[in-house]
Amino acid sequence: MCLAVPMQLVARREWDGTAELGGVERQVSLMLCPEAQVGAYVLVHAGYAIATVDAAEARKTLAILEELLAEDVPE
Amino acid sequence: MRTGGAFSDRTTVEALVRRVAERARRLERQVTFMEVCGTHTHAIAACGLRRLLPPRIRLLSGPGCPVCVTPVDYLDRAEALAALPDVIVCTFGDLLRVPSSRGSLERARARGCDVRVVYSPRDALSIARDHPSMRVVFLAVGFETTVPTVAAVLAEAESERIANLRILPGGKRIEPPLRALVADGEVHIDGFLLPGHVSVIIGADAYAFLGEELAVPAAIVGFAPADILLGVAELVQQVLDRRPRVANLYASVVRPAGNRHAQELIARFLEPVATRWRGLGVIPDSGLGLRAAWAHRDASRIEVAVPEPREPQGCRCGEVLKGVVEPPACPLFARTCTPDTPLGACMVSSEGTCAAWYRHDRAGAGTAA
Amino acid sequence: MKRDETLLLAHGSGGRLTHELVRQVFLPAFDNPYLRPLSDSAVLAELPPGRPALTTDAFVVDPLIFPGGDLGYLSVCGTVNDLAVAGARPLWLTWALVLEEGLQGELLHALVEGAARGCREAGVALVAGDTKVVPRGKGDRAFAITSGLGVVPVGRDLGDHRVRPGDDLVVSGPLGDHGATIMACRHGLSGAGLLSDCAPLAELAETLLACGAEIHAMHDPTRGGVATACHEVAARSGVRLVLEEAALPVRSETRTTCELLGLDPLYLACEGRTLIWVAPRHTARLLATLHGHPLGAGAARIGWVESRSDTQTPVRLRTAIGGERPVDLLSGSELPRIC
Repeated sequence: MCLAVPMQLVARREWDGTAELGGVERQVSLMLCPEAQVGAYVLVHAGYAIATVDAAEARKTLAILEELLAEDVPE
Repeated sequence: MRTGGAFSDRTTVEALVRRVAERARRLERQVTFMEVCGTHTHAIAACGLRRLLPPRIRLLSGPGCPVCVTPVDYLDRAEALAALPDVIVCTFGDLLRVPSSRGSLERARARGCDVRVVYSPRDALSIARDHPSMRVVFLAVGFETTVPTVAAVLAEAESERIANLRILPGGKRIEPPLRALVADGEVHIDGFLLPGHVSVIIGADAYAFLGEELAVPAAIVGFAPADILLGVAELVQQVLDRRPRVANLYASVVRPAGNRHAQELIARFLEPVATRWRGLGVIPDSGLGLRAAWAHRDASRIEVAVPEPREPQGCRCGEVLKGVVEPPACPLFARTCTPDTPLGACMVSSEGTCAAWYRHDRAGAGTAA
Repeated sequence: MKRDETLLLAHGSGGRLTHELVRQVFLPAFDNPYLRPLSDSAVLAELPPGRPALTTDAFVVDPLIFPGGDLGYLSVCGTVNDLAVAGARPLWLTWALVLEEGLQGELLHALVEGAARGCREAGVALVAGDTKVVPRGKGDRAFAITSGLGVVPVGRDLGDHRVRPGDDLVVSGPLGDHGATIMACRHGLSGAGLLSDCAPLAELAETLLACGAEIHAMHDPTRGGVATACHEVAARSGVRLVLEEAALPVRSETRTTCELLGLDPLYLACEGRTLIWVAPRHTARLLATLHGHPLGAGAARIGWVESRSDTQTPVRLRTAIGGERPVDLLSGSELPRIC
């Protein structure tokens, strides 16, 4: 569990925000993620933003992936 | 933005599979990893991942589907509430076709009960606002990803004085069943793939006990094929190194302490209670019930006649949920129990182990990788 | 009946109000020589040479008006397309409405205009109609029931009996836009690019059938989407269909809607797309023709036909990462998931 999708916060008014991804917009509640700023990516689940996406951390995980891919492997 | 995003193309996945296989070659015996997240079960089945893994690695589905582990008496109670003339039952789509003792919410709706599918608990709040003379009951089933959204809606209902919204508590915590699975020992689990989105809420540190107390390898992963393979590779490495720990491979959204706001909201309204899990029995502190102060929001306090619970004869959902048997071992699997005619919850939920297996692994389904 | 008025039971009783409704709303919108007499039956001209084709359909949609169409437009396109994919040239439609008392005039006018637009675009005439009004609470605002008559020209023979192992499967455009748009409307998702693909396909079908490609069969993947249409063909032809996930065209709005609601584009309805089973040596020619047509943008080869043994599943998907899995028949309707 569970379905959650990263979307970009394009507008916010107090506890409510508008999140966008791939041309689709949804109203989301920011009650669980009050620190989210317009422009940031948030993880949306059941109509709520539950986390902001940390791009730096995402890059670190990608680096782990790349490290693994770089391991020598007999073809 | 998802870790897997651009990296779940075929080339990357094939490369990852090779590396996983290479690492697995160094294993002394077959290992069994378990994922405990219905969304992981679904993702793995949807992309046909299981067949790509080397035979040394066995990937089991555990009790990670909140629909599947919901005991039948919860559904019986929901159906009984729906039959009350002044009640509107709001539910996630996932629960609509789950078999109860004598039917399902879908059949109840066909009989005239007011059962509505919602995407968000906030929709239930809107319905409550629009129908002040009705009692609106939201079926609050889910793990810690969903639980805070329910708590948030209760907070909104309180502040707006919308008195006619209640929940039927059915939320569950992931930590107690993890402990129970390891303690149970019926299936030896060599490592856990941990649910990425539950972890967003509870935080990576919440799983420290797996490495420190129970010495079981663990990796928190996202949901793209590459994320899952990365996790499998990590677990293999932890097994080889004999260094179990909790690797956070979804750090873009999973913080060590998790989501404090969500945790506070949960704690304000809910508290750990013993609850029964289909297949695992009663596990202390594994459920989330409403605190006494919010009794007026508790739909389980509504007096209603609930029938004796009845499980289908021969159904082995319980053992499947623990990973003790695989779906084909159940006598009903793919015979009388199919996605079209589901008898047990593991089949009706699209992310149930049996449904995923049916879709992905049944005989004649395709050649092995 | 004016736009600011409300529909009454009397509008369906055959009396003065019905009369006014027909003459002031329906007839001006659909006007043609066969409808004009407003007789008990439309007496038509002689059919052109070929085999007559007849189809019927019932249309229920919520919301009644959605981005890209409405119940009226949808009912005409759906009927026309059933004929078109059978290789028939659509000629005449009937249109029966069951309306709920209390329906706003504004809404009824919108549906009528939608249907009229569909007829104009498809080049068909709506020759007969009927209206019934049911009491409030006994009908979900509006249902439309149609029939469509067309002619399959001499020498043309499309159908599942011609589908054979080796055939390529082509889709005329991106999957699931209609279904996704409807679900998006119901669940609070919006976006300028969220648009039903609803469109009449008769002219496209004729263009494809004339391009020199050996087309064996066509189907419009409506209710249940591409997966369902493939299952039907596999069952009727006794073959096996293999779909290539990476080749499935899906617009980003549809993909996002599916991700947000936990839906699968393979099971979502399209109302302006056709699947085409074609001899493989002509696939390139077919695709070129499609890409040159406004309704064929985004067309792609999405799979192929194999022979099937009894134990094998009829429809399979090669996943984007190199795995493989069966594509099952939908059990129940696609429901939004949270898990």
